[in-house]
Amino acid sequence: MIMSNTAENKNEKKIRLKVYRENRGQDSGSHYDTFEVPYKKWTTVLDALLYVKSYMDPSVAIRYSCRMASCGSCGMKINGIPKLACYTKISELETSTIECEPLPNFPIIRDLVTDFSRFFDHHKSMHPYIEAKESSVDDTRKGTFSFYQSPEDVDKYLQFSYCIKCGLCYSACPTVGTDVNFPGPQALAQQYRYFADTRDESAKRLDIVDDRHGIWRCHFAGSCSKVCPKGVDPALGIQLLKSYMLGISKNDKVPAKKIEVESIDNRYNSSAKTE
Amino acid sequence: MASRTILKESQIMKIHYITGIAAIFVVALHIMMRLVVPFEQSLEYDYIIANYKNIVYVLILEAILVLISVHGFNGIRIILLELRQSRAWENMVTVVTISAMIGLIAYGTRTIILANGL
Repeated sequence: MIMSNTAENKNEKKIRLKVYRENRGQDSGSHYDTFEVPYKKWTTVLDALLYVKSYMDPSVAIRYSCRMASCGSCGMKINGIPKLACYTKISELETSTIECEPLPNFPIIRDLVTDFSRFFDHHKSMHPYIEAKESSVDDTRKGTFSFYQSPEDVDKYLQFSYCIKCGLCYSACPTVGTDVNFPGPQALAQQYRYFADTRDESAKRLDIVDDRHGIWRCHFAGSCSKVCPKGVDPALGIQLLKSYMLGISKNDKVPAKKIEVESIDNRYNSSAKTE
Repeated sequence: MASRTILKESQIMKIHYITGIAAIFVVALHIMMRLVVPFEQSLEYDYIIANYKNIVYVLILEAILVLISVHGFNGIRIILLELRQSRAWENMVTVVTISAMIGLIAYGTRTIILANGL
């Protein structure tokens, strides 16, 4: 079934949008609906889908938020490759038909919306936060001290901290496709991100991933790094973590120095007085 | 997440990588030893029995048997672990692959010993 908005200008360029439709819990099965959508040079796939939702079929389910590749909500398979819909321009795809499908390796909720519960469970299991013995969360909140890190220290993990948890790497991973207990590239790369951070003192990080379904089930297909919209290289993080576990790389991490600083409240009060 | 096992997965994988790399060298050595005579001659009964009497050749054969068995059966274990996930399946896969590995090494070693005439 092809649906198009006849009210549009006939000179406008149009793209055929093939959208996967499925509603979990209903026996209607899955099918594709095709829509003809006008587009311009800067129109993204998300724009086109929102056009469909506004003017053609409001029942199309999509998840989105920021529209600027920051929130990681609008991940979907576009022409067979996991991409962010808000970060993919129609003009760049250079095809007459764009196929939008839900992310593979995620349970489908409805149409293009998938269930991220398992993905976030894996992420949480990695303890994705700094664990430092001598500093509690309360101390950090007071802002009375800071950790010194050199630019070299930051470089070791910086790219991995750009992860927006969009799930594209997880959906592209062939191991996740067969092994649901495998944490996936996102979680493992985050484990490396905290392992390489000089502020982190946890001794259990390597044990968490040293499991039957842990880091060793990564066969270095590299598809995770290829699809990351933020330029993170999860495959690199996984291989670096493996090299530490095999003893090829030595963990020469020097804990970051704790530096006493004036509390934020004091700084605020003193600056307020001077004004 | 981590399960209680005799060996950590990282230790198993170290063994996996070492046996894999070592197998390349011993198999290469084995092929080179076969190449010193024409291929047809290398398959003759007397030549093969004579090889089994050569202690260096026998040691290489035994090394190939052990290295390939350990590497291969661990590889099968990994494939099967990725195929299905449940505690019972994983334990069954581990027991079956280790048993098959020990069985194959024992049977192969017996063949080498018998052919050697020890």
